[in-house]
Amino acid sequence: MSEQSLKQEHDNAAPPAPRSSVMRRVSHYALAFALPVLLALGWEYAVRAGWSNGRLMPPPSRILDAFADLAQSGELWTHILATLMRVLAGFALGAVSGAIIGALSGVSDIARRTLDPSLQALRSVPSIAWVPLFLLWLGIFEASKIALIAVGVFFPVYLGVSGAIESIDRKLVEVGRVFRLTPFQMVTRILLPAILPATIIALRAGLGLGFMFVVAAEFMGASEGLGYLLVDGQQMGRPDRILAAIIAFAALGKICDGILVILTRPLLRWQDLARSKL
Amino acid sequence: MLSLNSVSKTYADGTEALRDIRLDIEQGEIVALVGGSGCGKTTLMRLISGLDTASSGTIAVDGDVITAPHPAVGVVFQEPRLLPWLSVADNIGFGLHHLPRAEREASSDAALERVGLAGYGARWPRELSGGQQQRVSIARALVPKPKVLLLDEPFSALDAFTRASLHEHLLTLWAAIRPTVVIVTHDVDEAIRLADRVVVMQPKPGRIFETVSVAAPRPRDPLGLPYEKAKRRVLHALDRSLQTELKVTKPAPQAGEAALWW
Ligand SMILES: Nc1ncnc2c1ncn2[C@@H]1O[C@H](COP(=O)(O)OP(=O)(O)OP(=O)(O)O)[C@@H](O)[C@H]1O
Ligand SMILES: [Mg+2]
Repeated sequence: MSEQSLKQEHDNAAPPAPRSSVMRRVSHYALAFALPVLLALGWEYAVRAGWSNGRLMPPPSRILDAFADLAQSGELWTHILATLMRVLAGFALGAVSGAIIGALSGVSDIARRTLDPSLQALRSVPSIAWVPLFLLWLGIFEASKIALIAVGVFFPVYLGVSGAIESIDRKLVEVGRVFRLTPFQMVTRILLPAILPATIIALRAGLGLGFMFVVAAEFMGASEGLGYLLVDGQQMGRPDRILAAIIAFAALGKICDGILVILTRPLLRWQDLARSKL
Repeated sequence: MLSLNSVSKTYADGTEALRDIRLDIEQGEIVALVGGSGCGKTTLMRLISGLDTASSGTIAVDGDVITAPHPAVGVVFQEPRLLPWLSVADNIGFGLHHLPRAEREASSDAALERVGLAGYGARWPRELSGGQQQRVSIARALVPKPKVLLLDEPFSALDAFTRASLHEHLLTLWAAIRPTVVIVTHDVDEAIRLADRVVVMQPKPGRIFETVSVAAPRPRDPLGLPYEKAKRRVLHALDRSLQTELKVTKPAPQAGEAALWW
């Protein structure tokens, strides 16, 4: 192959024109929002036109009002902050322990054979089943809630990390051996980068479960938090507040996931391209 | 000098992969290993690279006995095995971690140039073709300036054109630092294009059957007489290696199968 043909090949791989990618992104978002926006507008119209009183299913305008009320009184932020703190604390606890035990059972055969069966059995216990036990053990305050969330986060992270370590390509480990890496270098230069993508996916799954478990945690007697807002809305007969809390949950979960993605994106630049170039 | 002294390898399951391999290879010599499937070529390469250890016998590079991967031995695998999370330049500099960054970059740039990939350093391995990746892998093995370079069927996944151009690149790189080269191949033409000596092996247990010296001067003309002669001798040796083997194992060999065996 001549030098020139190589250069040409190089030029052909120029990035696509930016305009078309912007257009594609706009149409991507437009499509994603089309259905919920259409449904919301339809419902708003139906209530205004008097086809329904919207008592059990309030129209978007009333949900927005509930939001505005909660935001103005400062309640909304207290609840969001409380929920966020619990999720973050539980996530940190669950992710760290899941990663450590996952690494252990990924690396050591004995550790896996002793730990994995029990953990798999525990994994199939429904989250709510832990509630009474944690209440007895840890009391009704923060500790029991954070423990419950940590349990939810632990399993996906454990599974993700141990699976990633087990499926490391032995061929790449041999490359490390050929270049005589020390055990420490082997970990930092081969093993960690190799398990990073799967680990990040596991962390995202863990965070998602953290948001599910925080609701269960806040149902078991909290005085603040978005889960409390749900219970409160039900007891007060305020579906608009329930829906406001649900939407806040969705937004909070999405934002946290987005932040995780943005923070980890630089680490995964090497494998990111296939999707963005298609 | 790379010397193999009565090297034998029996795997844990009792497979006798190699028996009593004796071979001395001069510094700068290129040796090709050919032979039927399962005759222990990969096993031998793994022993020389230090990834596995021999059951008996010793392997030494300039008197230094190989027991584990050794800085004087570079390895190119059948697949490029580039690290997907490192840029092409960082992959080439992988074995130069101890050097300061600037020096490492200078060597990998020079190596990229030599394998015809100047300007590709910032790419990800994924963005290269198979042949380009294999060139990067060869550059990665050569950049630490090993005395011995091992290649186990490095071009078998590539088409004939790419393979021919990689032969050129390999010979250019070889000419620059003159390492001892041991290359495993299933392609007799490849063996004769590249090697000073072609070692024909025989399976069950893996042994050296015959060694054919290729006298033709480089660059080799595949239509020239010395090339033809060497090729015929290697093909003949391969054929006989199979026949003697078949006499031992199978009393009634099928001619068509034997010709395609290697
Ligand atoms: N890890 C192993 N454990 C047990 N037996 C093995 C192992 N690796 C190889 N063998 C056996 O050793 C013999 C030699 O194998 P080897 O891979 O060295 O052959 P080869 O010459 O490289 O063959 P090919 O041309 O097909 O690549 C074979 O009989 C093979 O089954
Ligand atoms: Mg092989």
